[in-house]
Amino acid sequence: MGQQKNLDGYVGFASLPNQVYRKSVKRGFEFTLMVVGESGLGKSTLINSLFLTDLYSTEYPGPSHRIKKTVQVEQSKVLIKEGGVQLLLTIVDTPGFGDAVDNSNCWQPIIDHIDSKFEDYLNSESRVNRRQMPDSRIHCCLYFIAPSGHGLKPLDIEFMKRLHEKVNVIPLIAKADTLTPEECQQFKKQIMREIQEHKIKIYEFPETDDEEENRLVKKIKDKLPLAVVGSNTIIEVNGKRVRGRQYPWGVAEVENSDHCDFTILRDMLIRTHMQDLKDVTNNVHYENYRSRKLAAVTYNGVDNNKAKGQLSTNMDTVEGMSPLAQMEEERREHVAKMKKMEMEMEQVFEMKVKEKVQKLKDSEAELQRRHEQMKKNLEAQHKELEEKRRVFEDERSNWELQQRLEQQKMEASRTLEKNKKKGKIF
Amino acid sequence: DISKVIHKTPSASRELLPKVTKCTDLFGYVGIEAVLDQMRRKTMKAGFEFNIMVVGQSGLGKSTLVNTLFKSKVSRKSCTPDYEEKISKTVKLHTVSHVIEEKGVKMKLTVIDTPGFGDQINNENCWEPIVKYINEQYEKYLREELNINRKRRIPDSRVHCCIYFLPATGHRLRPIDLEFMKRLGKIVSIVPVIAKADTLTVEERQEFKERIRKDLTSNGIHVYPQREYDEDPEERVLNDRIRESIPFAVVGTDKEHQVNGNKVLGRKTKWGIIEVENVAHCEFANLRDLLIRSHLQDLKDVTHNIHYESYRVRRLNESNMNFSELVLSSWPLKNGTDTCETESQL
Repeated sequence: MGQQKNLDGYVGFASLPNQVYRKSVKRGFEFTLMVVGESGLGKSTLINSLFLTDLYSTEYPGPSHRIKKTVQVEQSKVLIKEGGVQLLLTIVDTPGFGDAVDNSNCWQPIIDHIDSKFEDYLNSESRVNRRQMPDSRIHCCLYFIAPSGHGLKPLDIEFMKRLHEKVNVIPLIAKADTLTPEECQQFKKQIMREIQEHKIKIYEFPETDDEEENRLVKKIKDKLPLAVVGSNTIIEVNGKRVRGRQYPWGVAEVENSDHCDFTILRDMLIRTHMQDLKDVTNNVHYENYRSRKLAAVTYNGVDNNKAKGQLSTNMDTVEGMSPLAQMEEERREHVAKMKKMEMEMEQVFEMKVKEKVQKLKDSEAELQRRHEQMKKNLEAQHKELEEKRRVFEDERSNWELQQRLEQQKMEASRTLEKNKKKGKIF
Repeated sequence: DISKVIHKTPSASRELLPKVTKCTDLFGYVGIEAVLDQMRRKTMKAGFEFNIMVVGQSGLGKSTLVNTLFKSKVSRKSCTPDYEEKISKTVKLHTVSHVIEEKGVKMKLTVIDTPGFGDQINNENCWEPIVKYINEQYEKYLREELNINRKRRIPDSRVHCCIYFLPATGHRLRPIDLEFMKRLGKIVSIVPVIAKADTLTVEERQEFKERIRKDLTSNGIHVYPQREYDEDPEERVLNDRIRESIPFAVVGTDKEHQVNGNKVLGRKTKWGIIEVENVAHCEFANLRDLLIRSHLQDLKDVTHNIHYESYRVRRLNESNMNFSELVLSSWPLKNGTDTCETESQL
């Protein structure tokens, strides 16, 4: 790193952040959020409240309204626009988690899903052509803890222990309006104690250089895990319209920081730390996965991944090869593909040419025929006309003959009359 | 109602009481009604026994509710700082007995707690220790009954009522709830309650209850008060009203607060105070009235006349022994604990 130099004038690279900003706004953002917890803890309601949409509504009911036999992993995508910025939000839901009588290994489908997303990204990163790299990795996992007031359940501990190295785990206390403030404090302390006892690494808010921000971060840290209440119904309280839950004894307001930590969660998740969550996923969790996977592959040259029982992709050539060999293979494949395409195109071209030639021939023949036909017609007409003319000539000559005869007759009669007159005079 | 206070002895319950067809006029005051006074004095001296079992996942407020019901600290809450026990690996039954007194009436209340129920990752067969315990109590009573030299008052450790706590998810019954209630509805009176009901709004509560009732009927689960044991139309009307509002949505607490100048039991939150005994807020008062003020004796009767009898019939048919053999077979019984070494046929 070089020395820091002072500038003599204004260069202009201070506008770099603006350029980055403009580019990212154009590109849009992606964020994938996973929600895990037993059914009935208000996961769907919280998602609706966080993003002020009806992702789960009465027409498309959330997973809790449908009975599940095994743990499923379901994805829903929604495109949200605000102030010219668009966010492609993917919510991964896990219905059936913790609902059965025997919940052993109910976390396995979730771990498999996270790993498969990492694998997809790893494959698309290792491609030769990586113009498009859609990022469908899970950036954040919200884990819902039931408000028992006691501590973590064995299921909670097991789940978090297995997932804290794979994804950013943010534990939340669900349905927090069932706890009084004192109970809530005690519960939070107990949970944090147990989390430390079991060495679970939940998502940590990063320290910044800014003093002001650090104070905010410390305030958030004191309130972990966040106790949330979700609702999208609007109720009037003292003339103000707020989102909340109406009880006979009062209204629990969702956005009131005295009542619950919903605003803290929303600000943290969306307004301040979304990018950091993505960065941690990319730099820490993904790198962990990648180094584990590639180390297992290159060790002994044997594919240890199959032995570990991990997922295999649809690209069979990926297994058992170092990245360079993989790239070679890919290039070869690519070339072969290109050749095939060329051949196909040529074939198609030839076929088309033949067709065209045939067509032209056909139209030529057609024209010829028409020509002949017309000639014939013309001749026929000609003949007809000739015929007519002949007839006409015949008639005319006949008529002329008749006329001459008539005239002769008339002359003859006249001379006769003349003679008669002359005779009489004698 | 004094007539409900009479503790029926075993032999009386099995005989058919003669029906009174004619009512003869009395010429003067005979004094028959003084019998009621005598019974009253006797039962007050003897006292009552009531055994109640609470079942549910940890953190649903079972101990708090029992304390609130009986207005005294009969149950140690597991969320207090000095509660050392961690979540046990198997369901262990924990029995605590207290004698509480009100207006000269003594009651020996036994609360059977079931920590560890439904708390594990794999909860297969977590109901088995509970079923075993209930059958063991029936067995104890049966043995005592069949003894040649029986005690005047057989100590009654049978479970009279089992309160099952449902978490307020707002959706439907979970597989574990269905499994438990199916198996135990046949051997004990189950009273399901919605725990920590201050998390549901009034509409959500109604919908949840309807769905639970539907789930119960579609699975053939009969909870207390069972329809087939209604004795007369009057009782039927009363019980119908109860059946329409179960499961009760309850909130429990032992803290008091000031509301409008009165001291009430309640939970104080930032948006209001939930009054436990206010029927507009939650149904704790309905549950208390059902369990203690109106149906306590009925619960004991149903346990004795129906559940215990069916256990007895099953047991005697199974063993295919006659009474004397059963009595002569010696079996060691440890005093006062809830472990029993005979095989309880489930």
